[in-house]
Amino acid sequence: MTTSQFGLIILGMGVVTYVPRLLPLIFLSRRNLPKWLIQWLDLIPAAILGALLLPELITAGHPRQLEWLKPELIAAIPTFVVAAYTRSLGWTVIAGMLIYELIKTWVMH
Amino acid sequence: MGNLRKAVSQGILAAWPICLGYVPIGLALGLLAQKAGLGPFEIGLMSFFVFAGSSQFIAVSMIAAGAAPLAIIMTTFVVNLRHLLMSSSLSLYCRNNGRTLLSFYAYGITDESFAVNQSLFKQGNWGIYQALTVNQASNLVWIIATICGGFFGRFVPSNAFGIDYALIAMFICLLVFQLKGMIYVVVAVIAGGGAVFLSLLIPGNIYVVLASVVAATIGLFILNLKKTKQDSI
Repeated sequence: MTTSQFGLIILGMGVVTYVPRLLPLIFLSRRNLPKWLIQWLDLIPAAILGALLLPELITAGHPRQLEWLKPELIAAIPTFVVAAYTRSLGWTVIAGMLIYELIKTWVMH
Repeated sequence: MGNLRKAVSQGILAAWPICLGYVPIGLALGLLAQKAGLGPFEIGLMSFFVFAGSSQFIAVSMIAAGAAPLAIIMTTFVVNLRHLLMSSSLSLYCRNNGRTLLSFYAYGITDESFAVNQSLFKQGNWGIYQALTVNQASNLVWIIATICGGFFGRFVPSNAFGIDYALIAMFICLLVFQLKGMIYVVVAVIAGGGAVFLSLLIPGNIYVVLASVVAATIGLFILNLKKTKQDSI
């Protein structure tokens, strides 16, 4: 791969990544949105977080396959409880890491 | 000036879980890039121009496989389309900001910075400068971590102390923050289930976009169905 090819790749990647990040922010923030759209957008974060998380917890591999009882899933349950009780991002992250490490080293071996 | 300084320190305080989580991933990417024949400086440049972890992993493996530049760019586009939804959702909280500031802010929207900033915007007391700091602190750590990975990723055990669980734990907590009513729980469960189902069928990660759109749309219908019922009673 030549330097100019690499330059083309990262510039192209940069542009196609930046445009979807930019356009909605610029256009939607200047308009009065209909109520249904605001409601819909308000539901999007919960949806995205669910969609990002669950496959990480119960699937693995390329192509993906279901995999029950991953340490990620087992650790998620106490981590969820810590989050609900402390409502603190910092404590949840620290507790989650500890729980995951414990499960990975002692329980899953 | 004092206000800006305060905003920056608030932003850094909010960004640390992201930064912590980016370290092992960035090191791993740098190491992989090095194996694919990219130097530390090149992967650093990619991190600066693109700043989107999963697409960078895919790009590096495609480069290693000798894929055509256009194929790499198209794949990146599809992989990163989910930011369209995140940017739309963040627009609810960025109504009073100028174009220049927003253009700068848009650059740093990732899964992680979106989730952290959106949750804080929603709680109130969060502004564009705090949010920008979260983005830029994460960006800086990401760039440095990928460069370091290129230099000495081989010598660092990237899975020590459960550090590879930092981002998952962060997402779990941010999801808990989102669940402020039954409708959010329903939407998150539909999205999660849908995402698992679709991820088994479709290669790549477009399942995030599809499952989120479907789940939020179903949620919107449920909300309005309930309302019409109430109105008619």
